[in-house]
Parts: sequence; C-alpha cells; structure tokens
Amino acid sequence: MSALVQPSRGGDFRAALRAEWTKFRTVRGWMIGLVFAALMVVLFTFLQANGKHTGYCTTPNPDSCVAGHQYVPTGPSGEAVADTYELVAKRLTGNSTITARITSLVGRIWAGPANEAPSLADTQPGLTSWAKAGLLITPSTKQGSSYAAVMATGGHGVRFQYDYTHDQAGLPGLASRTAPRWLRITRTGDTITGYDSIDGTNWHRVGSADLGGLPRTVYVGLFTTSPTTSEGLATQATASFDHIAIGPLADDSGQAAPGRWHGASIGAGPQDYYTTLGNGGYRQARDSIVVTGSGDIAPAVASAGGDTASDSLLFGLAVALIVLIVIGTMFITSEYRRGLIRTTFAATPDRGRVLAAKAVVIGGVAFAVGAVASAAAIPLGEHVMNANGNYIFPADSLTVARVIVGSGALVALTAVAVLGIGTILRRSAGAILAGVVVFVLPTFTGPGIIGPTSSGSAAAWLYRVTPAAGFSMLGLLPRSGLVSYPYTMANGYYPLPPWAGLLVLGAYAAVALFAALVVLRWRDA
Amino acid sequence: MTDALRAEWTKLRTIAGTWWLMVGAVAVTVAASAGIAASTHVSPGGPGGASQDPTKLALIGVDLGQAVVAVLAVLAVTEEYGAGMIRVTLAAIPRRRVMLGAKAVNIAGLALITAVPAVAGSLIAGRLLLPEAGLGPAHGYALVSIAHGPTLRAAFGSVLYLGLIALLSLGIGAVLRDSAVSTGIVLGLLYLPPLLAQLVSGPWRRHIQQIAPMTAGLAIQATRNIRSLPISPWAGLGVLAAWAAGMLLVGLAVLKARDA
Repeated sequence: MSALVQPSRGGDFRAALRAEWTKFRTVRGWMIGLVFAALMVVLFTFLQANGKHTGYCTTPNPDSCVAGHQYVPTGPSGEAVADTYELVAKRLTGNSTITARITSLVGRIWAGPANEAPSLADTQPGLTSWAKAGLLITPSTKQGSSYAAVMATGGHGVRFQYDYTHDQAGLPGLASRTAPRWLRITRTGDTITGYDSIDGTNWHRVGSADLGGLPRTVYVGLFTTSPTTSEGLATQATASFDHIAIGPLADDSGQAAPGRWHGASIGAGPQDYYTTLGNGGYRQARDSIVVTGSGDIAPAVASAGGDTASDSLLFGLAVALIVLIVIGTMFITSEYRRGLIRTTFAATPDRGRVLAAKAVVIGGVAFAVGAVASAAAIPLGEHVMNANGNYIFPADSLTVARVIVGSGALVALTAVAVLGIGTILRRSAGAILAGVVVFVLPTFTGPGIIGPTSSGSAAAWLYRVTPAAGFSMLGLLPRSGLVSYPYTMANGYYPLPPWAGLLVLGAYAAVALFAALVVLRWRDA
Repeated sequence: MTDALRAEWTKLRTIAGTWWLMVGAVAVTVAASAGIAASTHVSPGGPGGASQDPTKLALIGVDLGQAVVAVLAVLAVTEEYGAGMIRVTLAAIPRRRVMLGAKAVNIAGLALITAVPAVAGSLIAGRLLLPEAGLGPAHGYALVSIAHGPTLRAAFGSVLYLGLIALLSLGIGAVLRDSAVSTGIVLGLLYLPPLLAQLVSGPWRRHIQQIAPMTAGLAIQATRNIRSLPISPWAGLGVLAAWAAGMLLVGLAVLKARDA
C-alpha cells in the first residue's frame, strides 16, 4: 500500500540525490581523479614551498646578503607589526602621568636612487602623513610589546593608539609653533587614557585603553617615528617637546619624576625589517627635548616580506580545478553520450531536481577535495618554509580556516558552474574548453601569459570581474588604515575582500546553473 | 593511403562542428590579440620599456586560440570512439598506421588553414592597435610588419606551432580515447607549466620553459632579446615537434596494442 502514497517533495529530492551519488561514486575513474586532484594540491604545495629560500641584504652591496629573514616583531595578539621608533623615557612605578607640548613636527624624505640604502645624505624636506610624535607608555622596550600612546601626526591630527591596531582621533591639524598641541597620558592601574588640548588648560579625552597585565613599573616618555611613504621611500621626523611634566599621578604633576631621561632606538639595526632613514636620537635643552626618529608603530603589511600560509597553494589548486572541470563535465555529458539521461529523467521527471541533485553531489565532493587538500597542504607548506628559514606572515586560526573553506568553495563553485556548462553544451570537449578558459586561465593570465606588459591594474581587473576573483579567498595579508601602503596585486594583495571575491565566482556558477536549468526544461533529452 | 586520406577528409569536413571550431579558433585568436593590444599601455621610459616585443604581443591570441585547435584535433579521434564509428573506420582501413597517418595529415592541414587567417588577423590588429599602446614608431618601435625578417619567422612559426599543437592533441586523443579526459589533459599540459614556471625560482623555471610544449613552442614568436630566451626560437619549435611526434607514436602504439 505504501507504494501508492505520494512521497513528499523532500523525499523525492533525497531519492534523486541518492541516485546521483550512486552514479558518481561507482565510476572508478572519477574517484581516482578526486584523489589525484587532492594529492596534486599537496604535492605542488610541497614543491613550491620547498623551492622558496629567502635571504636579505643589509646594504645594496651583494656581499652583505645573508640567508634567512629579517626580524618582524609579533604584536600582543599575534599579528606581525612594525615597532621601530625613538623613545626618550623614564621608568615610573605605580599610577603615573606625563604631559608635554609639541611645538613643531617636521621631517625629511629620502630622495636618492631606489637601489641605494637610504641615508640622510640625500634627502629633501617633507613630512609623511603617518609621522608620529607624542607620549607613550609601554611595559618593555622589546619590539612587539604592548603600548598606548597619544600623538601628533603628519596628516591625521592628534591620535590615541594602542597595541598597533587600535586608533582614536583627537584634534585635527598639524602641530606647529603657532598652533601647538598639548598632550597628556595617564596610567591608572591597567587603564591608560590619552588627552589633548590646544592651550594646556582645557583638556579633552581622546581615548583610553585597558592593557591587561601591565606591570607596576613601566616606561613613560616621549617618542618620534616616521614610516616609509606609500612609494616606499624612507623618512625621518623631528619633534620639539616642551612644558614636559612627568611624575606620579595624584601628586602635583608639575613635580619632576626622579631619575634621568634614557634614550633608546627601538628596533634599529640591520636585523630589523623596517627601512629607516638614518639613526634617531634626542637632544635635551634646558626645558625642552627634541626627538628624531624613523620607523613605524603600526601593523606590518606585505612590505615586511615573507610568505603566507596560502602562497604555495595556488598552482596545486589550478591542477585540482582542471581535474574537477573534467569530472564535473563528464558527470552530465556522459549521461547524454550513453543515453542514460533518458532513464534519469524517467526516474525523476522534475529536471530541476535532477540538476540540483547533480550540483549538490559534484559541489559536495569538489568542496571536500579542495578543503581537505588545502587543510593538509597548508601546515605542510608552512613547515617546509619554516625549515628553509623563511618568514611566514602570521595568520590567526580563523583566517586559516577561511582559506581552507575558500579553497573548497573555489573548487566546488567551479565544478558546479562547469556542470551547468556541460548541461547546456552536452559535449565534453566544448564544456571543458569553456571551463578551463573561463575558470582557470584568467587566474594566471596577468603575469603568466601577458608578461611584464600587463599593467598592475589589468591584472587587478581580472581578479575583480572574472572567476579568478574566487582566489581572493586565499588572501592572508592584512590591510590597515594606519599604514600608507599601495595594496596592489603586485604587492600581493587581491583587489577584492575574500568573501566578495567568492561571491563573484558564485555569481558565475549561479548564472551557469540557471541557464542550464532553463535549457534543460526547454529541450528534449 | 589516398583512399584513407579521402575517407578521413570526408568525415572531418561533413561534421558541422569542424567548421565551427575553425571559425571559433580564428575569432578567439584575433579577438584576444586585439583585446590585449587595445588594453595594453606601456609607459615610455618605464622599467624595461625598450624591451617590449610588439610582434610577440600582437600574436598573443595564439595562446588562447590554440585551445580551440587542440579541441578540434582531440575530437577528430575521440568522437569516433564515443560514437563507435572507430570500428567502421578500422574495418575500412585495417592498418592502424595508415588510419592515424591520414587523420594526422588532415588535422594538421585543417589546423594550418585555420592558423593562417588567425595569425594574419592578429598581426593586422597589432599593427593597427599597438602604436596607441605606446609601441609604435612614436616610441621607437617599428610597426608590426612581415617585411621584417624576425616578424616573418614569428608569423610563419606561429602557423606551424598551431599545426604541431593539433598533432600533439591528436596523439593524446588516440592514447586516451575519451574526449573529456583528453581535452583536460591537453589543456593541462599546455597551460599548467607556464603557471608552474612563474611560481618556481632558479634553474627550474628555465628548465620548465625549455621542456613544456607551450613555452618552448612559443619561443618562435620572439623577435627581440632572443639571447635571453630560455630556448632559441627554432629549437623551441623543435621541442614541440618532438612532443607531437612522441604523442603520435604513443597513440599509434596504443592503437595497435588495444582493441577498438
């Protein structure tokens, strides 16, 4: 009797799904192909990672080049940071405060040839927008330490920043003799608060930070630093501080703290990755201090050098894409070739349901292949690159998980799109040709085929509007509004954010699948 | 042999797909050449500004058009297996060598016929469009012209290149017999090594470019800085010819050893 009961639509779909899955898994060649695709991802990731050996030169003279990598500090939350600056500080115990007035902030920019080490010998005046001078509290002078600071900047007004990534804006405008900036920073327990003022009387709170686990004794002082311009030119900044008041909080803050000022060039030296313009220093007059510094206190961007966990995945994924394009095509065209499609439609007359079941099956296996392969390949590649002495840009586990999911989704959406193309064309060769040309070639057309003539923007457009956009999911390098840096393809940044890139690829797959559905409903099998 | 040639020719010319693929190959080649020439902007005096190769850039559509030619050649043999026609063919021409030879002559001929307008169209597009891209007489580059010896060699070589790609694809099709797998392998063999070469460093990059069919074969298109090429133009085309000959021989061996 149960045979007479109309099964639910959900039950129908499950049956279609089971039928398609059975068809898929019983073709031995396809299963071998899937394993082959996954192995190729791992193998080529290994080969590529194994071929990477970094070295660096401390001067343009090739004799100064050594293997290994320069030191990139790691910030409090595990991110790569720049931490190179000039500090003039005292060690203070307990709750404390410092106040100072900045009467000038000026700078110099390297003007010599690009292939020479920057030095002060050939510079021109100029102040980069993220040149920073102000007051800073840190538990340690070690690079990558936690800190909080209130500062005047070259082009972004007064800022309160802490732990490299956090930023709050204060008074706008550049500090000068006619428009000096008063700054104050206080430490109460673990809480650090920054203030600014134009006259030293009326104070305005810019921001505050809770630096957990701050020791009782910390460095409190003045700092100056000046990052490279967006063209990559080294710079240096000089700031004049006066009306300096430093001491324990709750006492009268005009009373000077005991002890002398200590100058420290944080991170200077050939081991540090950051390109600086000359050595910093400070000069103390009767009631003022002039601090000169070069470097940055900010998140590190690609200029820190190094590889990312996903850098070596690209080629293996391209191989996997081609294999899945072939299998995705055959999943539908072989049914037409053998006439099996008529049996399929006799069993499941709703053609949309058949197509959906096929898409779920091929998408699911393709996702599994891409995700499993990259989950295995990423740690392997990192291990090999580490063993070769390469620097690997740190990425948190959530970001690595996104790359793994992204690898799976990239392969899955491509396979589903090609299933659609195969359904429309019914012919293997044409569908595979279209699949490879549309979904694989744009990925490496820029540098690979067009060659050096391809302008950076042409390659970037390929990664915006073609299915190559899906590779944005592999992007791991951080972007930061606190760094003036060209976030271009040439520097290793995909033009689209990861999920937006995947959406572009998803749109291609959706269009192909929808067109396939329309064609499938109109046409006889 | 003449009968075999005529039989293969009749089969090829009476399939509508053959003509569509040939037209498609010409269209794709010329369109890609013209599109890239139109979207190229070489800034004068930029790094490597004087090292551009207008002829090679004009012929860039061959990189894409070869995929269509390869599919045309793969289908010439795999379609027979797909439809069971191969058994009729082999009944009529029992000698495998003659049958494959006849197919090879026909397919190579069709590929060359396709290549001539594709290459000519690309060169004309380059001649018209490249001066606006900063690669014209105003910037110290001669107009693309086959009166120029190396350009003539690049043009003639590109035609031969497409013929050899067709033979290579035919050989792979004869080995694998399935149109989907053969197409995937051929396209992978053509397009993956250049990508791999971009990603490896040191001598391996050069070795890959010397061995891979596409990178070696396309050395024939270079007209400038020939000394810095991984492989010289004619030697590169020779490498591709070796690939094509090798694949045809393997195809013949498989054809002889296996039942159809």
